[in-house]
Amino acid sequence: MTAAAPLGEFVARAQAGGALVVQPRMGFSDPATMRAGLAATKAAAATTVGTITLDSYTRVGDDEAVARALRERTPLNGYPIVALPRSTSQAVLDGLRDATFPVQVRHGSATPDRIFAALIELGLDATEGGPVSYCLPYSRTPLREAVASWRRSCRLLAATAGRGAAPHLESFGGCMLGQLCPPGLLVAITLLEALFFVQHGLRSISLSYAQQQNPEQDRQALAALRRLAGELLPGVEWHIVLYAYMGVYPRTQGGAMRLLGAAAELAVGAGAARLIVKTAAEAHRIPTIADNVEALELAAGRAARAARRDDRGPGDEPDDEVYLEARALVEAVAGLDPDVGRALLTAFGRGLLDVPFCLHPDNAGRTRSYVDDRGWLRWSDTGAMPIPAARPGRPTGRLTAAGLLAALSGVQRRYDEGAR
Amino acid sequence: MNITQSPAGPSILVTGTSSDSHTWNLVYLQLLLEEAGCRVTNLGACVPPVLVAAECLARDPDLVVVSSVNGHGGADGLRLIEVLRAQPDLAGTPVVIGGKLATDGLRNVGLVRRLRAAGYDAVFDNGDLARFRTLISRLSARVAS
Repeated sequence: MTAAAPLGEFVARAQAGGALVVQPRMGFSDPATMRAGLAATKAAAATTVGTITLDSYTRVGDDEAVARALRERTPLNGYPIVALPRSTSQAVLDGLRDATFPVQVRHGSATPDRIFAALIELGLDATEGGPVSYCLPYSRTPLREAVASWRRSCRLLAATAGRGAAPHLESFGGCMLGQLCPPGLLVAITLLEALFFVQHGLRSISLSYAQQQNPEQDRQALAALRRLAGELLPGVEWHIVLYAYMGVYPRTQGGAMRLLGAAAELAVGAGAARLIVKTAAEAHRIPTIADNVEALELAAGRAARAARRDDRGPGDEPDDEVYLEARALVEAVAGLDPDVGRALLTAFGRGLLDVPFCLHPDNAGRTRSYVDDRGWLRWSDTGAMPIPAARPGRPTGRLTAAGLLAALSGVQRRYDEGAR
Repeated sequence: MNITQSPAGPSILVTGTSSDSHTWNLVYLQLLLEEAGCRVTNLGACVPPVLVAAECLARDPDLVVVSSVNGHGGADGLRLIEVLRAQPDLAGTPVVIGGKLATDGLRNVGLVRRLRAAGYDAVFDNGDLARFRTLISRLSARVAS
């Protein structure tokens, strides 16, 4: 078997060569379909990384539900990597994962010990998540338990370094509940998770950010992320991964494709090295393999054209709002405790980090945000966070159910307008 | 965010299902119900059935609203209602479920029937909001009278 490409090195090489790496969110419970999905991703006319997304029962550790679904042949919403025999998963990967095609496991688990053990057993070395970003939005697991589990899991993954593996871990922190979270907090959380990963031995990291409603604010956020990563992660191999818009997706094929194209151009213009795509089927159903290939190829094509138009790359960034906000948050949290995990626990406990509209019991829930008329995400209440309250003249009314829907569906509305 | 006070209206427990990590649906329902004058306790995402049962026993809500959009809502919803209805004190508690309940995105008549048979008082597949609002206004009128 050809040696597999370490994900971090693969992406760095592609970026140096001017190619944006594109990656789907694909995951199927049937091993043959999962293999077909990986094969199609590899064969797509694009520089791709393969994805194995796990099902949500595996994510929450509900073995009984996985076993029942496998027994009764009920389809799951992802690949049950912990329950399936190792030989089955090896057959899924065999001959596909190689020097030209890294594979990342995506899972969403707040306590991923067994998932990390399962992927390491398969010789896989790239995954993602984080103690905050996979706990607060997606579970009721106490943050303390998530931090302890991620500490163990990071060490387990880091310990594989040098034994034919080059472990890579991506922080999902820049995406959590992103549809209404102003980017300063998202940038701060992904950086703090990266510092947590580095503290537990990882040396190849990616930082994430999800495309929001206003391209200029997104560019500011990505510039702030690049600059702060440079300042905070010396000696660490890192890149930025952009997620195509994660909220309510356009219903029309044209609208969905324009939104994805805008994400590809944003990635290239703002120096992100990897893009997680969404498909035109997103608003209607779970995407097929063909939907995914179409999205990968469209994004890669748009990125290549954008790179030819503008090969200067991102320049020097001013001290804009997102940078200052993210730096203030990171500094306040990092100053609480030399142990990043403990610092995160204290920060959430005191509301120094406080994610708007997050229902998790360990989130203070005192912050509020809104989308302004230009599509910028703004604070209406910063709670106890060490950043200035929003500017004067902001709307002060309570967010209504209709207002929430309008904010969450703004992108869908704008991109569907005039699209066929 | 999680608990709101509005002394007069019906008390409603909003919850996601055990495997569902989505929360915008839950935030939306909370705001909608608050605007209709309800008192809302929102349990959030990935709530195990035993916790829903414990919260129901502790709070004695006028209505339990289960919402799921991850495609496992049918299976998770069946497991949840079995646990709730197994508690004698919750045998009569009104419980409804809604959202995107199956992975194929189609209205699944058989699934709706099974959920009703298992003990849900109403099933709102594919987010039938008009019917849900009607239910809430009837409930508010009943609690207020």
